[in-house]
Amino acid sequence: MSSPVARERLERYSLTGPENQAAVDAGLAGGAWFRSAVPRKRMKELMRRSDYPAVRDTIIWLGLILAFGGLGSALWIVWHSWWAVPFFLAYGVLYGSTADSRWHESGHGTAFKSRWIAESLYELSSFMIMRDPTTWRWSHTRHHTDTLVVGRDPEIAVMRPARLAKLLANYFGLVDVPVAFSLMFRHAAGRLTADEADYVPESERPRVYRTARVHLAVYAVAIGLAIGLGSWLPVVLIGGPRIYGGFMLQVYGFTQHAGMGENVLDHRLNTRTVKMCRLNRFLYWNMNYHVEHHMFPMVPYYRLPELHEEIKHDCAPVYPSLWAAYKEIVPAVLRQLRDQEYYVRRELLPGAAPFNEPTPLNDGRARPLPAATAA
Amino acid sequence: MSQWIAACEADDIDPEDVIPFEHDGNDYAIYRSPDDAYFATDGHCTHEKTLLCDGLVMGGVIECPKHNGRFDYTSGKALGAPVLVDVRTYPVKVMDDTVYIELP
Repeated sequence: MSSPVARERLERYSLTGPENQAAVDAGLAGGAWFRSAVPRKRMKELMRRSDYPAVRDTIIWLGLILAFGGLGSALWIVWHSWWAVPFFLAYGVLYGSTADSRWHESGHGTAFKSRWIAESLYELSSFMIMRDPTTWRWSHTRHHTDTLVVGRDPEIAVMRPARLAKLLANYFGLVDVPVAFSLMFRHAAGRLTADEADYVPESERPRVYRTARVHLAVYAVAIGLAIGLGSWLPVVLIGGPRIYGGFMLQVYGFTQHAGMGENVLDHRLNTRTVKMCRLNRFLYWNMNYHVEHHMFPMVPYYRLPELHEEIKHDCAPVYPSLWAAYKEIVPAVLRQLRDQEYYVRRELLPGAAPFNEPTPLNDGRARPLPAATAA
Repeated sequence: MSQWIAACEADDIDPEDVIPFEHDGNDYAIYRSPDDAYFATDGHCTHEKTLLCDGLVMGGVIECPKHNGRFDYTSGKALGAPVLVDVRTYPVKVMDDTVYIELP
C-alpha cells in the first residue's frame, strides 16, 4: 500500500489531477517558450534533411545488432560457451538502450529526408523499446509542448521527491517492462489509461489497439519458441534486451532533465546539454544536445553540434562529461527527497538573453507536497 | 465580401520557403514552391498555435517547427499525426511582381 507522500506525488504528476488545470490557469500549458535568435537563413540550413547520415548510422547500428546477436547465438548454440555473454550484453545494450534514441529521432521525423524510412525505423524501434508508437508519439508531442510542466508532461522521469526504488529498478527494466506489458494487454483489449486519453485523439486509438495485438503476438511466438525449444535464447534475443540491456537508456536519459526546474517556459532552466565522447554520441544519436533539441526540434540529430555552436553563447556552460552531469544530478535528486522546492538553477554566460520567467509561478520550484512538508 | 490584399513582393520569399504575413490581426503564411508558384495558408498550425513561417518547406510540404506536423500547403491537407485537421488555404495571384492573397 502506498504512503500518503507517494499518493500525493503521483496525484500531482498525474495528467488527470488538479495540477493539469492549475498549469492551464497559470498560462503554462502551451506556453510561449524562450528560443535563441538564429537567423532564418542559418536555421533553414540546419533544418535541412538528408538521408545519407541517418541511413549510414542505421545500417551500422542494425549491422552491429545482427553481428553481436548472431555471434552470441552461435557461441551459445554451437559451443555452449559463456563467451556468448559479452556478445549478448553488447546486443542487449544496442537493442534495449539505444533503440530509444532511434525511436526518438524517427518519431520527430527529422533524421531522414524520406518519410517512409523514418516511419519504418519508428515502428521497429518502438517495438524494441516496448512503446506503443501511437500513444508515445502523442506523449512526446505533449512533452515538447509542456516540458516538465507538472500535471501536463507525461514524460517526467524524475519527480519530486524522486521514486528512487523505481528509478534504480528501471536500470534493469523492472518497472518499465511490466508496465509495458500491462499497457499492451490493456490496449489489446481496446482500452487506454486515463492519462493516455488526455493526449491521444479518438481517431488515433484504433491504431493503438491493433499495434498492441501485433506486438503481443510477436512476444507470444518468442515465449512459445523458448518453451518449445527448452531454451532461453528466443527471449534473450526478443524482449529480454529491454531487461538486461536497458541500463544505458537510464544513464543517458537522466541527464536530460533530472533535478532541474519545473513549471518554467525556458529550456535552459529545465534541460541539460552534456558533452559526450564520439561513441556515446553515436549510441545516443546526439540527444546529449538536449537544450538545442528542445529549443529547435526541427534540427536533425546530425546538425545539433552545429546548432550548439550557434546558441551556446545564450546558454549556461555545457557540462563537459557524463561524470560532470551526474556529480550534479545525484546530489540534486537526493536533496529533493527532503526539499521539493530545490532545483538546479545554472548561471547563464555573460551576455546571454535573460531567463524567460513571466510569472511568479514559473520559477522552477515545484510546490511542496503537504504531507512531505508536514513530515 | 472577399478582397485581394497585397502581401509581399515576389522576391521577398526565397524559392522553397515561407514568410509570415499579418492582416487585420490575423496571421497568414505565404509560400513559394521550388517551381516558383505561390500559395497561402493560415499562419498557425492546426495542432497548436505555432507559427508555420518558422517551419521548413520541403517541396510542396510545410513542416511545423514545434512538433513536426506536416501539411501539403498547396491544398492545406494535414499529412498525419500530430496534425489531424487541415490548414485553411487562400487563393494567391502574382501581378507586377506583387503577391496578392484573397481574404474573406
